[in-house]
Amino acid sequence: MARLNVNPTRMELKKLKARLSTAQRGHKLLKDKSDEMVRRFTVLLREDKRLRDEAEGALSAAMKQFALAGALTPSYVQETALAMPSVAVEAELGTESIMGVEVPAIRLSAPEKSDAVLPYAFSEMTSEADESVREIAALLPTLMRLAEVEKAVRLLAVEIERNKRRVNALEYVMIPQLEETIKYIRDKLDENERAALVRLMKVKPGGM
Amino acid sequence: MKAKTAIVGRAENIMCFKAAGVEAFPVTDEKGARETLRKVARDHPVVFLAEEYAEPLRDLLKRFDEEAYPVVLPIPAGGDTGYGEAFLKEAMERALGVDILFRK
Repeated sequence: MARLNVNPTRMELKKLKARLSTAQRGHKLLKDKSDEMVRRFTVLLREDKRLRDEAEGALSAAMKQFALAGALTPSYVQETALAMPSVAVEAELGTESIMGVEVPAIRLSAPEKSDAVLPYAFSEMTSEADESVREIAALLPTLMRLAEVEKAVRLLAVEIERNKRRVNALEYVMIPQLEETIKYIRDKLDENERAALVRLMKVKPGGM
Repeated sequence: MKAKTAIVGRAENIMCFKAAGVEAFPVTDEKGARETLRKVARDHPVVFLAEEYAEPLRDLLKRFDEEAYPVVLPIPAGGDTGYGEAFLKEAMERALGVDILFRK
């Protein structure tokens, strides 16, 4: 490891010592932060997986059913039937902080009534379509939660990576560099002291 | 803050979401999806995207990862492409370096 290019003086030594202790403290803090973020991350990751499995199964079933229903209804009828949805999904958006990372917190405003979901008359679409629309409406809270969790996973992954880089830079570059420089300055100062001592002994033999 | 949700995907796959109250933006190809997504993400903080477009639009999706909103969630609308698993794996590898979910 290369040592820093500084003059070997007491002043410099004092400064470097202060920097080293700061770096060590920073390293410890960052490492703790990293540990906690990883812990949170694994929890989120598991939840993401669970939600995704749940949502994907239900969703593909509902979609299949809707596709079947769609095949029984002419597409122009379908289009007019679905053109004006009677409900709108609205969500309360907030943010939450996980170890200083801003992640979304979504609260779905509850729809008034699940029966009121269908935007068309019963005669326009088949009952299979009703069923699938209702299923998807029921699935929306899960999807919202998944959206929230997955975003948190993404953001946290990026932050963990960044943090890891910082920790490593401190641990493997900054701290060894400082330690080596401090050692160098100490050696140099000791050497100077011995030289001064020897010089004194030479010019003033028997003195001391 | 109240906000709307949207879905981007093929017309035949997203119509049922429209009935459920999610604003639907039909697209037919990758290029259209890119433009639509960019526009939609501006005023819809929660956007669902059909999974088939998630892979080609990866670079665009990355850009949404800087901030908490908008949230773009790829979902299997019209065919599972294995995106979900791939995404989890990638995030896991980036952050942890080990596989804790799919290890047999």
